[in-house]
Amino acid sequence: MTEVVATNETILVVGGGISGMTAALEAAETGKQVVLVEKRPYLGGRVSQLYKYFPKLCHPTCGLEINQRRAKMNPNLTILTMAEVTGLEGEAGNYTATVKLSPRYVNDNCTACGECAKAVEAEFDNEYDYGMSKRKGAYLPHVMAHPMQYVLDPRIIGTDDAQKAKDACKYDAIDLDMEEREIKFPCGAVVWATGWQPYDAAKIQPYGYDRYENVITNVEFERMADPKGPTGGKIVRPSDGKEAKNVAFIQCAGSRDRNHLFHCSRICCMASLKQTHYVTEAYEDAQVTIYYIDIRAIDRFEDFYQKVKAKDNVTFTKSKVANIITDKDGNPICRGVDTEGYNRYENTHDLVVLATGMEPSVTKADFPVDIVINREGFIEPDPANGAVFAAGVASDALDVNRAVQNATGAALKAIQVVNRVAGAEG
Amino acid sequence: MADDKKFAGFICTGCGIGDRLDAKQLEMTATRDGKMQTCHTHEMLCSKEGIELIRNEIDNEGATHIMIAACSRRAKVEAFNFTDVAMTRANLREGVIWARPDTDENQETTQEMADDYIRMACAEVKFMTKPTPSGEQGLNKNILVVGGGVTGMTAALEAAAAGFDCHIVEKEGELGGWAAKWHKRIPYRAAPEGTSNSRTAHLPGPIDNDVADLIAQVEANDRITVHLNSKVTKTSGAPGRFSADITTESGSTTTENFGAIIQASGWKAFDIDSLPEYGHGNPDVVTNIELEALAREAGDGPIKRPSDGKEVKSVAFVQNAGQASEKEGYLPYHSGIGDLVAIKQAFYFKEQNGDDCDTVILFDNLRTPGAAGEDFYRAGQQRMITFTKGEVKEVTSGGNGATVKFKDRILDEDVDLDVDLVVLDTGMVPNSGPDPYAVTVALEKLPLEERDAAKEEIEKQVAEQAVSIESILNLDYRQGTDLPHLVNGFTDSHFICFPYETRRTGIYAAGPVRRPMDIKQAQDDATGAAMKAIQEAINASQGRAAHPRSGDLSYPSFRREGCTQCKRCTVECPFGAIDEDEERYPKYNEARCRRCGTCMGACPVRVISFENYSIDTVGQQIKNVDIPDEFEEKPRILVLACENDAYPALDQAAMSGQEISPWARVIPVRCLGSVSLSWITDSMNNGFDGIIMMGCQRGEDYQCHFVRGSTMAAERMRKVGDTLSTLNLEPERVIVHEVAITDIERAPRLIKDMEEVIERVGLSPFKF
Repeated sequence: MTEVVATNETILVVGGGISGMTAALEAAETGKQVVLVEKRPYLGGRVSQLYKYFPKLCHPTCGLEINQRRAKMNPNLTILTMAEVTGLEGEAGNYTATVKLSPRYVNDNCTACGECAKAVEAEFDNEYDYGMSKRKGAYLPHVMAHPMQYVLDPRIIGTDDAQKAKDACKYDAIDLDMEEREIKFPCGAVVWATGWQPYDAAKIQPYGYDRYENVITNVEFERMADPKGPTGGKIVRPSDGKEAKNVAFIQCAGSRDRNHLFHCSRICCMASLKQTHYVTEAYEDAQVTIYYIDIRAIDRFEDFYQKVKAKDNVTFTKSKVANIITDKDGNPICRGVDTEGYNRYENTHDLVVLATGMEPSVTKADFPVDIVINREGFIEPDPANGAVFAAGVASDALDVNRAVQNATGAALKAIQVVNRVAGAEG
Repeated sequence: MADDKKFAGFICTGCGIGDRLDAKQLEMTATRDGKMQTCHTHEMLCSKEGIELIRNEIDNEGATHIMIAACSRRAKVEAFNFTDVAMTRANLREGVIWARPDTDENQETTQEMADDYIRMACAEVKFMTKPTPSGEQGLNKNILVVGGGVTGMTAALEAAAAGFDCHIVEKEGELGGWAAKWHKRIPYRAAPEGTSNSRTAHLPGPIDNDVADLIAQVEANDRITVHLNSKVTKTSGAPGRFSADITTESGSTTTENFGAIIQASGWKAFDIDSLPEYGHGNPDVVTNIELEALAREAGDGPIKRPSDGKEVKSVAFVQNAGQASEKEGYLPYHSGIGDLVAIKQAFYFKEQNGDDCDTVILFDNLRTPGAAGEDFYRAGQQRMITFTKGEVKEVTSGGNGATVKFKDRILDEDVDLDVDLVVLDTGMVPNSGPDPYAVTVALEKLPLEERDAAKEEIEKQVAEQAVSIESILNLDYRQGTDLPHLVNGFTDSHFICFPYETRRTGIYAAGPVRRPMDIKQAQDDATGAAMKAIQEAINASQGRAAHPRSGDLSYPSFRREGCTQCKRCTVECPFGAIDEDEERYPKYNEARCRRCGTCMGACPVRVISFENYSIDTVGQQIKNVDIPDEFEEKPRILVLACENDAYPALDQAAMSGQEISPWARVIPVRCLGSVSLSWITDSMNNGFDGIIMMGCQRGEDYQCHFVRGSTMAAERMRKVGDTLSTLNLEPERVIVHEVAITDIERAPRLIKDMEEVIERVGLSPFKF
């Protein structure tokens, strides 16, 4: 049972990705009471699904380990997972939040021993791998998940599997009678850090994401590169499992496009340059083609761009690919015009990766309060938002570093409000 | 004193521990070998009853030191959170039973592993004391902000709004910095909700400069004191008790105390005159900074060119002038915002000189990121600004005003464009103080064998350069006057997840001194830095460590009588936390310290320790591993693993079903930089057959959050070879590896590799 002790000096952080975690931890480490609400069963959000970061090619899990340790040790922080904010009433310094808690069917007794997963037979698409692998109906979302507790998929509830899971548990950690419930608690300020989702690539009809197995998105490719991922880190074609050595990246797939997202998603150029490294490191005879409008390697990322550009086996083609067709072997063929010199091309690749953009994961209609957003759905800073402060990608398409920068500032904005409530200015 | 201590052990038999191991024997090991005065076994120690059992032992039975043998120290942290005692954990689950196959033939070695981990934990806790803060600093709610531009003013206003006082120190005679000089501002908002998708929809254009309003807010704020025409001439102390001398142009000095510092010293313009190809000598070739002044002078009227006052009818913007190039004398990076600036300035001409004024932006890769950026680009297109992908070769004085010679990348042809005025997109150079590590950085770019020879020359060069770089903070730290640079003179954090991970605790860089950025980002950054400054002031008052060991109350102390004043600790501390006192002994500054233990690893006479982490807490673990005699043919491999990466990698390996060698005994360390050579020699003398150190990646893209821990461990261990040969041991028995947290398969394999080495060279002759 999760009980939340909160007052109107409490800060509510919505979203437990890197921005929300940062805002929550910075505030909690400044002595504020914080409730962090996360929809998934674990913290870390999309960053936990990344294999490496640009430009250092270091591992996001390293920072996640630090942040999770901070979270585990901080008594000021209450974490609610599988939770969503469904209502927010009141005004700055005096809100009441309504939070819907979905049943995990596993309580805090869970030791993550894994016996339930062994007992259960049903398997489902693994969300953590964007459906590219399977997981059990009782599962630990990933090996670094925090809270380190298993989850029962609601689809096994009422089946034999549910009972098997319960019987396998020696710690009375499985509670099949758990139900969805709603809790209300007060808070003084809200940090809104609900992040992003990849733009639905199937909407970009000419690229055939929904028709061709060997056309995938950059987030899927990221899982593929991860040794913990669905292919054990091997870069292969989904259609036949063959090594994908000739890989194309299509930039602005859905971004900077009147028919899709108007905005530039900022990260995709750097992400593709990073993913180019994955390919060239995996195969000596790799060939990478990057189709782009502009390579947006901002300020000191220029270095990273120049290093990739200097590789003999990487080609940059200034072109928005017109369409993709496939040949009889399932090889995707990119067709279009190279605008530098206006030459037509028709290039065959093993695999095409769509650098799909980021769109806000919460739409206007789903906000529990009235909030000022722009045409692209990102939250604008505005006095009309009261004490609801956007953090991270909820405020704009940002990379991790800037999202964290932004979230750190959002934590202060929230602290200012609760300090006023506490009369602690003096 | 010894009588006050009471040692209590707790052994969990849950998660299969009880099934796989002989709990009775573990208990005996804890009491007989580990000398625990009491030892409880519980079937689920993390349960409510289990926690109550421990709580009762502390509250009612007087336990002061507890040893919990259960899962990894990374698991059930919230449950086993006993801050009022000294505590250690023996990792029997991830470290033993999950790492070993459940078969009869492995039973004996698995039990030995578990017994050893209990012995080690008991030995460790005996040498620990509960960390208590020093009380060295109180709560100082006063923040020093160096720089009165947009970043500094925003930081001060945001900190003030949270109830903190601020002093802004500005070297000029007025607030506002560069931004106050701009004619207009780049819009920071995208098209509002409800804007139609049509090509003619109204999109935000340049907005009015609002810096005057910011200045007014600062001046009206009771919590903010502004020092104009002033510089910080000396900074001493530590977070929570900084003392800064603020000196005016006329030479008068006031001294103020601060809890934390924000350095918002901004940027300087790149000197484009150093690159004659841009033709800046021609009056009709101006920089983007100079254009702001021209536009302001014009008021709302047409912008005139400097040479003859003619109204400008054609203008070309040369992007990335002197930027983003490896060429000699160019900046290797670009300011990232130049294209947005060019669009803004092209708008000036369209609005002030008329729609018929030709405006061409010659770009390489147009960088207008985000929602607001892309809308602004689109607004520029709507306004008929011409965007041409062009590679500018030269700007010459042409017949009309100036000629831009460029290669049009789209039409693939060379073009000479005659215009009335050329605007050069010049870069931002950070206004940082001298880099305390300039010599080290330069040396490390050279191959190892050349460094000694080059040192003197490099030191001379750096000293010469330093004369021309003015210090911003004038820190009286042992290790230099200013914040260390990351790259190209910027003082940014090295860490993607942690943009405020500073190398000088309690001092946060913000704005373009950290990284090139626009006003919007600088204001975000200023707010973030203000957040961290406030947090640090509060934490320092409670003796709590800053990130990444947030909240740690332990701090280093040293045994004065043993100290030889060799200065290694003061030189090697990555955070400049240690000074030297009048008698040349090390002087620790608790609030500057990040608790990595690099000083401990540096100390050749082993006099430095933390309450809960010391030469003894690790050394005694090593000594208490049971070393079987050589006839048993059971080697022992010591693994010293970085607690943030290698240790979690081993945990995850076990969780994922990977086997870990039964000969391994793993000890987590705060950082490889904290590893004392004495641990290595002790373990060799005790009969360990191999030693593996697992630290973070080193080099340019280093991963160590304590900066140089892994590098220093590698350097120190190079010398261990001599020690080994005097003991007549093979050098390959000791190895340092770089291990990432994702090395789930590799980390156990590295231990396996050591097994093979031992098989080859034989067991250690030092087994007794």
